[in-house]
Amino acid sequence: MSTPLRTRMRGGWSARAVSLVGLLLAGLLLAGTVLAQASDPTPLVFRDDAEEARFHQLTTELRCVMCQNQSLADSNAQIAHDLRREVLDLMRQGKNNAQIKQFLVERYGEFVLYKPDVAPGTWLLWFGPAALVLIGGVVVVLIVRRRSAREVPPANDEQEW
Amino acid sequence: MNTPPPVVPEKSRGALVFAAVIIGLFFVGLMFLLAYGVKQSGRADRESLPSPLIGKPAPAFDLPVLHDPKVRISNKDLAGAPYVMNVWGSWCPECRVEHPVLTKFALTKRVRFIGYNLKDERSEALRWLEQFGNPYVLVIADEDGRAAIDWGIYGAPETFLVDGLGIVRWKHVGAVTDEILANELIPALEKAEGKR
Repeated sequence: MSTPLRTRMRGGWSARAVSLVGLLLAGLLLAGTVLAQASDPTPLVFRDDAEEARFHQLTTELRCVMCQNQSLADSNAQIAHDLRREVLDLMRQGKNNAQIKQFLVERYGEFVLYKPDVAPGTWLLWFGPAALVLIGGVVVVLIVRRRSAREVPPANDEQEW
Repeated sequence: MNTPPPVVPEKSRGALVFAAVIIGLFFVGLMFLLAYGVKQSGRADRESLPSPLIGKPAPAFDLPVLHDPKVRISNKDLAGAPYVMNVWGSWCPECRVEHPVLTKFALTKRVRFIGYNLKDERSEALRWLEQFGNPYVLVIADEDGRAAIDWGIYGAPETFLVDGLGIVRWKHVGAVTDEILANELIPALEKAEGKR
């Protein structure tokens, strides 16, 4: 009596496990299609190594606007693909790096630059760390000076080490 | 054997207290910075970028109409009165979320409400409008997303307000809610109409 029941139960479990695995697989497939939709079907083609090197140099200095902690070179977001294509087009139109950066800043803001310009708004960013070190240095110098002004106690020759 | 404890002179003790106060203030400052960061991270639009286009003329564009691609619309065709432009795509799940809110707003006929179909298949876009309803007076189609770069668009949904002089007055990244309409778009629209 108990044996068929157990087999049935086991069968039930395995069926459930199979359906669970199926569900997971379906989920993975779905995720796969979503990702496939997000990636660009046409990769960029470079004319020569120099162009490719310049392109990579430039896109690592630019920030992806969608996934905001990746550079334009690293990001796989749709907008990053579009912007990379745009950057390459601008390069071929004979624009220099500063002009290309300006083009993107006009549209997406200073945010796209990993190295923002030195302007009043970014002074804290550029000089803040150096200012902190300077303040720390001044404090250290003051303390050392104050201490060295004190009389040094005479050396104790009887001290045995 | 035991060295006597060092006697701290009065002057040096003052310096120590001063240093302790400075370090204390520094840590209090850090705590405030952390609290600010935590508070900021709770905002729904924490990843949205401020548009540099606000207060500047809307970019020139020339795009086909979704329903009749032979007809092209440029920014000159839209000049003269304010319009709200909503960027959407049939591939965008958030657009479905904001769709009822925008439909309700469009039905008030407060302002011209224009759709900007971004990087979409024409048939998919048309099917989407049929399924969820078309609140737009006009839908322009940007299939390759080139013109979107001029607008500083980096995804969907995004919503712009352009005034009668063609100046971008307001932008929202992400799904629009009733609160955003009431607290941001409507006041911006009133201001834009006043200026005209």
